[in-house]
Amino acid sequence: MNNSDYIRRANSAFMTAMTALCTLLAVGALLIILSHIAWQGIGSLNFQFLTDSPRPVGEGGGIGNAIIGSLVLLLLASGIGLPLGICVGVYLSEIGRGRFGGAVRFIVDTLTGIPSIVTGVFVYAILVLPMKHFSALAGGVALALIMVPIVARTTEEMLKLVPHSLREGALALGAPQWRVTLGVVIPAAAPGIATGAMLAIARVSGETAPLLFTAFGSRFFPSSLNEPIASLTVQIYNYAISPYDEWHAQAWAATLVLMTLVLSINIVVRILTRKKF
Amino acid sequence: MPVQTEPPKIQIRDRRPLRGADEAGTAKKVAVRDLNFFYGRVQALHNISIEIPERIVMAFIGPSGCGKSTFLRTLNRMNDVIPGTRVAGQVLIDDHDIYAPGTDVVELRRRVGMVFQKSNPFPKSIFDNVAYGLRINRVTSSSSELAGRVEQALKDAALWSEVKDRLKTSALSLSGGQQQRLCIARALAIRPEVLLMDEPASALDPIATSKIEELIFDLKKQYTIVIVTHNMQQAARVSDTTAFFLLGKLIEVNSTEKMFTAPNEKLTEDYITGRFG
Repeated sequence: MNNSDYIRRANSAFMTAMTALCTLLAVGALLIILSHIAWQGIGSLNFQFLTDSPRPVGEGGGIGNAIIGSLVLLLLASGIGLPLGICVGVYLSEIGRGRFGGAVRFIVDTLTGIPSIVTGVFVYAILVLPMKHFSALAGGVALALIMVPIVARTTEEMLKLVPHSLREGALALGAPQWRVTLGVVIPAAAPGIATGAMLAIARVSGETAPLLFTAFGSRFFPSSLNEPIASLTVQIYNYAISPYDEWHAQAWAATLVLMTLVLSINIVVRILTRKKF
Repeated sequence: MPVQTEPPKIQIRDRRPLRGADEAGTAKKVAVRDLNFFYGRVQALHNISIEIPERIVMAFIGPSGCGKSTFLRTLNRMNDVIPGTRVAGQVLIDDHDIYAPGTDVVELRRRVGMVFQKSNPFPKSIFDNVAYGLRINRVTSSSSELAGRVEQALKDAALWSEVKDRLKTSALSLSGGQQQRLCIARALAIRPEVLLMDEPASALDPIATSKIEELIFDLKKQYTIVIVTHNMQQAARVSDTTAFFLLGKLIEVNSTEKMFTAPNEKLTEDYITGRFG
């Protein structure tokens, strides 16, 4: 083996080791966080904790209302944010190629970077103030606004990955543009679009700041979308800043529940959008 | 020149009765007059005038970039989907100018089908691929009629015996040659009057290629076929008439036999004998 060969092999081995190390660091940190949450939270988990509503310190209580509240908020946000975001993405990829499309893309990119608390204050100003009270609806709108740019951009990218030849094939059969988009392009990109939707749901399910100004939080099970509603994240926040050890333990357990919730949504969506062809 | 005031009605004609070979090639199906085509500022086609008789196979030959594919795509207005292109001149199909204002492009593409160089089956089942054109054009009124048309199209494309037991499986599971025949079946299903083929066998092995060539030979009993090919043996084997393109100009049109034995133009002879290109 001559000298340059030796250097090349050493280089290759070094780079492989570096990438492996970086992967270990990233995955390792994640594993430590996950296991720590599981370790701290599992002790307070029991049936009553999952189904009861909060009680004063020393009396136990649970996060049942917050679990329901979070699910309601996520449903509301997905119901508003996903169709809107997907439509914007379809527009950007299939129709808006001119200047206006460029402007829309720029605005969407800018929206992605807006701090979520700003979204919360914005919805507070346009919904909470006129309605004169906090509500689940306002919380859902705030989360939806955070989802739209994420969903729009991932949808656009996924649609652009669909080969141009598929579009031409459908057009050559006498399909009008809208049928090509609905019947061929979107189905071909569906798994990717679903991944984008999932990322957006995962992202907003961890949001606390926009909910403080909109959904506010509640100690009771929700009975209407027109009143304040509890959520896991706000509950965790309130418990975590409290001075009581019991509530700290409950905050850990609620975090574990939240993580499990996001994971289950992930798995369900993955199964539903498995590539069929 | 009759100017079309309203888009022609959608009519998918039934299979025409076979005519004797002596009758073929008498009526002109497509007539092109002084066609110029531009990609932005670059002129890709110069003053093309040609007539394509009914129920023959016409081959377009010429070196890469000579404009033969571009010309083919002007016949069903597939270039419309490429931004920045411009057409001047007339393309008459059954004496109607397809570039006249008010022409229904969707209807045109139902009458002038196309098979692309790279097979582009939709990520759907084999059955759904062939049924796509029938469904969007609402050709059939019952599911048994639909199944019958799909079967007939697959038989016409010489694919039926290979796929009849797995119509519900993904079209992407087929081999390259089968995929290309599926795309031909998909185009035949709506019974176009003219079939444009853009190097349909260029990505296929010799066995798959010969199957496609046999198919073209059978299909000319019912369809007017225009085929772009790089392979001069292929042009000689399948076509009745050959057109030679060079640098965006139509150099010569002649019967295939004459073209490959005693062409009128020096340039044609040079190209065919391999002196350039």
